[in-house]
Amino acid sequence: MSSDDEDYLYDDDSDDSGNESTVNQDEDDDNDDFGMDIGLGEEASGSGGGGGGGLMMMVSGADKKGSDHAHPYEVLSTEQIVEHMVDCIKEVNSVIQIPTTTVRILLNHFKWDKEKLMERYFSDSQEQMFAEAKVVPPYKLGAKAMVAPDLGGRGVSLSAKSTLECEICYLTLPKSLTTALECGHPYCNSCWTEYITSKIMNEGASQSIECPGNCDILVDDVTVMKLVKDSKVKLKYQHLITNSFVDCNRLMRWCPAPDCPNAVKVQFVESRPVKCRCSHLFCFACSENWHDPVRCVLIKRWIKKCDDDSETSNWISANTKECPKCKATIEKDGGCNHMICRNQSCRADFCWVCLGPWEPHGSSWYNCNRYDEDEAKNARDSQEKSRAALQRYLFYCNRYMNHLQSLKFENNLYSMVKDKMDEMQQHNMSWIEVQFLKKAVDILCECRRTLMYTYVFAYYLKRNNQSELFEANQKDLENSTEHLSEYLERDISAENLVDIKQKVQDKFRYCDSRRRVLLDHVHEGYDRDWWVYTSDDITS
Amino acid sequence: MNDHPRLTAVFARLSFGRTSGKKPARKATDNPKWEKRLQKELMAIMKDPPDGITVSQDTLEGSDLSQICVNMTGPSGTLYEGEAFMLRFKFGPKYPFDSPEVVFTGENIPVHPHIYSNGHICLSILTEDWSPAMSVQSVCLSIASMLSSCKEKKRPPDNSFYVKTCHKNPKKTRWWYHDEDV
Repeated sequence: MSSDDEDYLYDDDSDDSGNESTVNQDEDDDNDDFGMDIGLGEEASGSGGGGGGGLMMMVSGADKKGSDHAHPYEVLSTEQIVEHMVDCIKEVNSVIQIPTTTVRILLNHFKWDKEKLMERYFSDSQEQMFAEAKVVPPYKLGAKAMVAPDLGGRGVSLSAKSTLECEICYLTLPKSLTTALECGHPYCNSCWTEYITSKIMNEGASQSIECPGNCDILVDDVTVMKLVKDSKVKLKYQHLITNSFVDCNRLMRWCPAPDCPNAVKVQFVESRPVKCRCSHLFCFACSENWHDPVRCVLIKRWIKKCDDDSETSNWISANTKECPKCKATIEKDGGCNHMICRNQSCRADFCWVCLGPWEPHGSSWYNCNRYDEDEAKNARDSQEKSRAALQRYLFYCNRYMNHLQSLKFENNLYSMVKDKMDEMQQHNMSWIEVQFLKKAVDILCECRRTLMYTYVFAYYLKRNNQSELFEANQKDLENSTEHLSEYLERDISAENLVDIKQKVQDKFRYCDSRRRVLLDHVHEGYDRDWWVYTSDDITS
Repeated sequence: MNDHPRLTAVFARLSFGRTSGKKPARKATDNPKWEKRLQKELMAIMKDPPDGITVSQDTLEGSDLSQICVNMTGPSGTLYEGEAFMLRFKFGPKYPFDSPEVVFTGENIPVHPHIYSNGHICLSILTEDWSPAMSVQSVCLSIASMLSSCKEKKRPPDNSFYVKTCHKNPKKTRWWYHDEDV
């Protein structure tokens, strides 16, 4: 019941060597630079005289070690995801001898947690587990399978001669043209096909297609593949299954880059950077762009804050008042405090200061006799508060956006730097010797990204001694990053090649070390609870 | 102030509704296989009618099976005893894989916590829990049992808001089925 079962669904690719070796291959591909860097580093220090080059490579080696965790991760293509899924099923199947297609439904029920499945399977509540997963326990199947020999799946074709009426199309058909799951509710094959097709194509259902009768037994893969002939529908079904496999699997995540078909698989879940083969770098825990030093909760909040218009309403409350009569929102654009509402149907006269009717003010408004001390103070306070909050937000948002913008521009530097590298190679520099430029742009971009997120972190941070230290680090990094950017953007074309090399190398090494210092400091703060947030509901 | 944006939006929607209404909608009876099923469903109800349920005269005389009306009498021993209601079924092109559109019509709409005053019924088998193995008969029985189990005649709490804002077709409403007992 095992070996021929998985092929039906995910065609031939599953040659057994598949998963492991291909994945290792990919690891190699991914880490090519890494390996090369180390190799070069060793070579340089071995020859003793590599000078700047050798040092540079050591920096790059350290960098890789820092961002690549001790726990490796894998990038899986769609085919590999399917292979991985089949492997998971096989693994469970080697312990629990039940049809693979049942194993898949069970695994899906336990969100692909094999241990949990095994635990429940071998516990007393096995029957209940099958009921929860909406499958008929395979040991209950024996009797029926004896009557009608199983044709490869859970879907049992009833082959007796008599006829029966399909409860969907109400036609009377020979039993051989009908199919029933183990629950024993037969429907004619063409109704089954139409039913499954409409579930897949219209509702996007894959894991949750139930028997059409008044029963919740799930339709298995074998039956789906047997009944559905249209390749478009089959393909969509496979997509849906893979999709739910990745979505349910805590250890896997789709690469969030647009149109990227890959998924990343880790050993255990944590907030960490992972890089897809498409070169998109993202946080495994939350799928956002890698956002160190900010934690996932805060980056989520920040993005939401930037997206929704909470700040628009802040601006409105800081800069406008409402007409006391018709409640139209008014922005004052002149000096005179005698307001006349522009709303044609309102035309109220009122005082901008106290919002009371203008009449009693008469000509002597400077002694505004309707001034209510408490009320005015409350109004002023709340306005000032939202004004201050708005300004604080704009301060951090501006800097965040600015680094984001710079980061975008600096991605263009790569092509500029490549020209420069070609030019330098024509001036008697070896290929290895000019690699520092690319490295410099790499580091510049990393610094930009870190700086960008430091402003998000700072926005939510309450002042204390440690936060001042953090700001000092931030300032230092920002300063040196700007220098590096300037070197790469301007000086590079003007100055002498040897000078610039020394300068750029010194600078990017400094930037990289400052970046590391800043991040380490923030991380240490997380461990030691240094950070106090501006809002109480933020827990880190 | 004159061209109020929301009003224009409503007009736009109204006229859109009118033009699209002219196009003949596809229906279940376009496909002979499903027309046959509907015929058999009707035959079954006529031959062996469940308590208090009869197919309306109009439906019997008419030739269009894509829309049928069923008379329902309030089951005896319930709050609705003796009352007469009418249910209208519309079958779309995907019937029976897609549920029929079922509403109460006519002058008397049952006062029930799950039935809105415009006839829309909040019942899960009419949307997400529909299955092609269900039928006009089983839907009628479900509705009858929904009426029977009712303990207090009242409209749903959000009736007035819903009736003002809902789509003509109850299947366009996203229902929340919050209680299973009534």
